[in-house]
Amino acid sequence: MKASNLLSGATALAATCVLLTGPISAAETVFLSTQLRPIEEAEKVRKVILKDYPKEVAFIPEEVGPFITRVKAEAEAGKVSVGVLGAVHGQLPPLAEVGALDSLDDVVGQLADRKLVSTFVELGKLGTDQHLYVPWMQATYIMAANKKALEYLPAGADVNTLTYDQLKEWAKNMHEATGERKLGFPAGPKGLMHRFFQGYLYPSYTGGVVRSFKSADAEAMWADFKDLWQHVTPRSTSYAFMQEPLLADEVWVAFDHTARLLDAFRQRPDEFIGFPGPAGAKGRGFMPVVIGLSIPKGTPDRAAAVSLIDYLTRAEVQVTTLQQVGFYPTVAVELPTSLPEGIKIAASAIDAQANASDAVVSLLPVGLGGKGGEFNKVYLDTFQRIVIRGQDVRKTLDAQAKKLAKVMTETGAPCWSPDAASDGPCPVE
Amino acid sequence: MNDATSTVPVRSRRTGIITERTLPYVLLLPSVLFLLVLFGWPLAEAFIVALSNESGEWTLDNFREMADDLNFADAFRNTVLLVVIVVPLQLALALGLAMLLNQLRRGRDIYLYIWTIPLGISDLAAGIVWLAIMAERGYLNTILNGLGIIDGPALWLSYETPVVLFFAVVVAEIWRATAIVLVILVAGMQLIPREYNEAAEMFGANAWQRFIKITLPVLKPSLQTALILRTILAFEVFAVVIALGGRNLPVLVGEAFYWQFEYQDTGVASAYATLILVISVLATIFYLRVLRVREETLT
Repeated sequence: MKASNLLSGATALAATCVLLTGPISAAETVFLSTQLRPIEEAEKVRKVILKDYPKEVAFIPEEVGPFITRVKAEAEAGKVSVGVLGAVHGQLPPLAEVGALDSLDDVVGQLADRKLVSTFVELGKLGTDQHLYVPWMQATYIMAANKKALEYLPAGADVNTLTYDQLKEWAKNMHEATGERKLGFPAGPKGLMHRFFQGYLYPSYTGGVVRSFKSADAEAMWADFKDLWQHVTPRSTSYAFMQEPLLADEVWVAFDHTARLLDAFRQRPDEFIGFPGPAGAKGRGFMPVVIGLSIPKGTPDRAAAVSLIDYLTRAEVQVTTLQQVGFYPTVAVELPTSLPEGIKIAASAIDAQANASDAVVSLLPVGLGGKGGEFNKVYLDTFQRIVIRGQDVRKTLDAQAKKLAKVMTETGAPCWSPDAASDGPCPVE
Repeated sequence: MNDATSTVPVRSRRTGIITERTLPYVLLLPSVLFLLVLFGWPLAEAFIVALSNESGEWTLDNFREMADDLNFADAFRNTVLLVVIVVPLQLALALGLAMLLNQLRRGRDIYLYIWTIPLGISDLAAGIVWLAIMAERGYLNTILNGLGIIDGPALWLSYETPVVLFFAVVVAEIWRATAIVLVILVAGMQLIPREYNEAAEMFGANAWQRFIKITLPVLKPSLQTALILRTILAFEVFAVVIALGGRNLPVLVGEAFYWQFEYQDTGVASAYATLILVISVLATIFYLRVLRVREETLT
């Protein structure tokens, strides 16, 4: 812990030195980003993605801590040098709270013809009445299926509008027909199963994640999920990346992060399809990882910053971004036929999911600081107790709700979408 | 050797701090410092972290949180069960192997080398070897399938088959760590004077009597060392379990690992570490008392 603190401290120091010594000419726009930090990705931004942009841009990737510190410090000192900020949705609220972000209402108006994903544009208000960021790129979690599974789909079901009831029916059909359980989840130690509960199952059944944790809806949800689990492969508790069991033919239907399914789509595009997460009574819960573009208040050349945002949200630039760094577009784009088949499969699923009429957006937890792991543990332990160990649903939810409430009060994190906003820590109702 | 080099150190030994009496202590000092800095200090730190909260007050909250945790009881039970089953089996097996080796007149070294191969393998690698055997498409299923005992791949290492998973870990641990016990016991047996056995034979003691009356008592110090070493290491079992079962078979060290790196709660992780330490110390004291060695038997 200490070593890593030291390390990030050193990085911050180094960054400050660069900042102080590296002269930044007034003509170039400083683009500070917490994303695309690996050297290869940063180089692709500079050499490929920004190639056709007519003006000079200094793309500076930065870790979250130093990123926040720099923007805040510049705002406090009244000497802003940054033109455009790029960050994940959850990283921007601390800047919005101190009033360091400029209103982008005019920019959103100007970009109306881009057909930005409307749910993300709404998220860009960060709970205020102004637009504070413009969606730039996204990643998310989707479902994938082997085409062999399609013949077992229940009558009348369409993968793109699947419900949890139909998923259960589907898994049951496959189980009965093949004698094997062909539905799989990444519930192993390195898997992202907690995101399924937080971003998909809970929002779909209860319309919330924290507030509704032990609600009657949640009780029914767990009973349902336990029922579904009879048809889920028991190897699930060892899975990390679902592309592996999909490619090995161990499972036919799976849920995972797009990056952890991509190998399956890439290697055997003819065999696999991608589709949105299923829907429950409260809608089709899904968890986008939205990366937004902001402009700090008092930026030296606002017109240049706006033109950079304009450039980055152009359909062709969004496609280039997808090709180069694997993040998906946040605007309506016509994907070129030259795009690798695997990327197209995932992109169409992401598009269908984000634009579903019954979509319920569930965000990555915000404001948990170092308690993110314990927050996830609440959901994973609840799953472990109810589904794997068969403990009583009501009792388990009541016990786990106390642990969840403790995490929320200790961190003081207010509710995030889809839970309704709260004053103070998000309550477990 | 000339006079200059042999007399100078002697003279300096007589003067200053380094005298003949203090020399052993001075020579031991670096290793003691090393142990204090790299073991003593982190140990004290772990105790402090385990017994305090974020604002630095003394509290048992971390232990309460540990005991309350879903996996604590299972982790505790699994770890103790593993020790209770693995250590005696390893001891018996190693004793048998050491006796066999002792009887060999030729090729003894070759056998010893082969039997100690697992000593050179990391425990994670050992876990992966057994994973390759026990996995769904592993060697075991291939053989069972070939013999017509099972039809298609059977799943041995899932949460639905906890008993098989547990015994897979037992087998892997025995395979991996019996060699260390064997080496200690073989070394111990070489210290047994031949005359003891010859005298006993003269008085008509059979092989079993000689084993009980001579080999075991004289081997006591080696047995003690082997048991302490193996028991402490068995309480720390981790990599083999992770490789074979992931989290399907929780163990104490595994939980400490998850609390530190997944949940990022150093307090509870330290509570686990402290618990493991206390258990290990208790086990060591137990062996030291039960297998107490009298001075005269050491000569």
